[in-house]
Amino acid sequence: MGISDQVLKNSSCGSCCTKLVRVGVKLGNNTVLEDINLHLHCGQLTAIVGPNGAGKSTLLKTILGEVPHAGHVHFLDSGKQRPDKPFIGYVPQRLEFDPSAPLTVADLFGAALQKRPAWMGLSRGQRNIVGEALETAGAGHLLNRKLGQLSGGELQRVMLALALTPLPDLLLLDEPVSGVDMAGVDAFYEMVSHLRERYHLSIILVTHDLSAVAGFADRMIFLNKKIIAQGSPAQVLGHPLVQQIFGRLKPELKQGVPETAESVPHDCIACELEAKP
Amino acid sequence: MMSFWHQMTGLLPFEWAKFAFMQNALLAALLASLLLGVLGTMVISRQMAFFSDAIGHAALTGVAIGALLGLGDPLWAMLVFSALLALSFSFLRQRTKASADTVIGLIMSFAVALGIVILSRRGGFSRYSQYLIGDILSVGPADIAKLLILLLAVAGFWMFYFNKIMLLSLSPSLAKSRRINTGLAEAAFSVMTALVVTVSIQWVGLLVINALLILPAAAARNLAGNMKQYLWLSAGFGLAASLTGLIASYYWATASGATMVLAAMAIYLATLPFKRR
Repeated sequence: MGISDQVLKNSSCGSCCTKLVRVGVKLGNNTVLEDINLHLHCGQLTAIVGPNGAGKSTLLKTILGEVPHAGHVHFLDSGKQRPDKPFIGYVPQRLEFDPSAPLTVADLFGAALQKRPAWMGLSRGQRNIVGEALETAGAGHLLNRKLGQLSGGELQRVMLALALTPLPDLLLLDEPVSGVDMAGVDAFYEMVSHLRERYHLSIILVTHDLSAVAGFADRMIFLNKKIIAQGSPAQVLGHPLVQQIFGRLKPELKQGVPETAESVPHDCIACELEAKP
Repeated sequence: MMSFWHQMTGLLPFEWAKFAFMQNALLAALLASLLLGVLGTMVISRQMAFFSDAIGHAALTGVAIGALLGLGDPLWAMLVFSALLALSFSFLRQRTKASADTVIGLIMSFAVALGIVILSRRGGFSRYSQYLIGDILSVGPADIAKLLILLLAVAGFWMFYFNKIMLLSLSPSLAKSRRINTGLAEAAFSVMTALVVTVSIQWVGLLVINALLILPAAAARNLAGNMKQYLWLSAGFGLAASLTGLIASYYWATASGATMVLAAMAIYLATLPFKRR
């Protein structure tokens, strides 16, 4: 795990952590994931990187409980309790809607947050909550726009605002910047990074773009069906196997990595205690 | 209640409004088109137009099963058969992503062929041609009661399930992250659509039933800027199409269901120039 006992003893964790033990996924005869052991801690942004088809999205869907899997996924709160169903905020890789669909941002929030059907509109109370959530993600002006009219970056900010309402125990971002321009990518990661500190969130971010995320992640996991490497972004990007897969394609990768990036994991004692078999 | 309706419509200054069979037909047409127009909104959003068409055509096998069982009114056999078929289709849609269309097409052809073979034994198929083109002028008070019950069921369903189905149509993983039982929502919507289509077939005819489900919603999509407008416009277009279609069929002495579909098509074409981005 690369976590020293010293850190363990000195740290404390306010909210919850997520633990995957020997998780494996098979689709038919294809092994998509095998022997995944992970601890994800609050206040940490964990980037999961890897080539296409590495099982990154499947890993998120496993955490969401959407995919049948071997092994266990545990969620622990600070009192070492295991809430069966933590609240998970999820930003999907893409939404499936036709761009002319009569579906506004307000409709989307209405459907996700309210009991009453979205076609009856947002209640006055909800309208304030939704407005604040959108402001937080820099999308306050988009409430009455159709989803099909939003740019890639705007849509991602809306989806981020939705994932943060109500504040989740765990935030999952699946390739959140696909279809976002270069300037937007940095801005988006900065926002996510800021949210992690502000709300002490546990965030998992899946991407195949190693260089862009390296400056923002506390921890990086290189996945290719199995966990190939994990640690600080610098450690992972320096790993021989990672360089073998990505290095040839993108020799400039290492430029984006701050040499001093040595993250100190905030740790969760409850989580580590539970982890011992 | 029926006598009240007869008195009210009897006051209308039209020749057709004096006949009890037209008064019944009008009420049935309005109820059925309202049901179809409302459900059609999500059938389009879920990209289930082919699914609903297949359910409509496969109802022929339901009629055949009813005939084999010696039932005077095959409606119950049709309902059970189409509900089971809808469940298996929804299972297929969830299991297989892209190839579901092929399987649905195969099953539809099989069901139509099987139905025709059974019903045409001893050359008796012409007795069942009412199911192909529908016969709304034979609607009686008991049929209208069935439609009313279905309307109440759909209204209740629409209050509880609309949000879930809308999120599901955008991203199953997103729906899952909002703790929606996606399998149940999908199956419930499929069965509800199948029941409404099946009940309406007797009056509209299975050859054209799908058009009354799809066209009002497709026309509403051209004009609507949000979910509220989408739903109301679709319901309104459905009502308008059935009203004008039924009256036109009276004066032209044509099949009512097909005439309503032409009216719906005219509405759709009229909305095309105003299509919003």
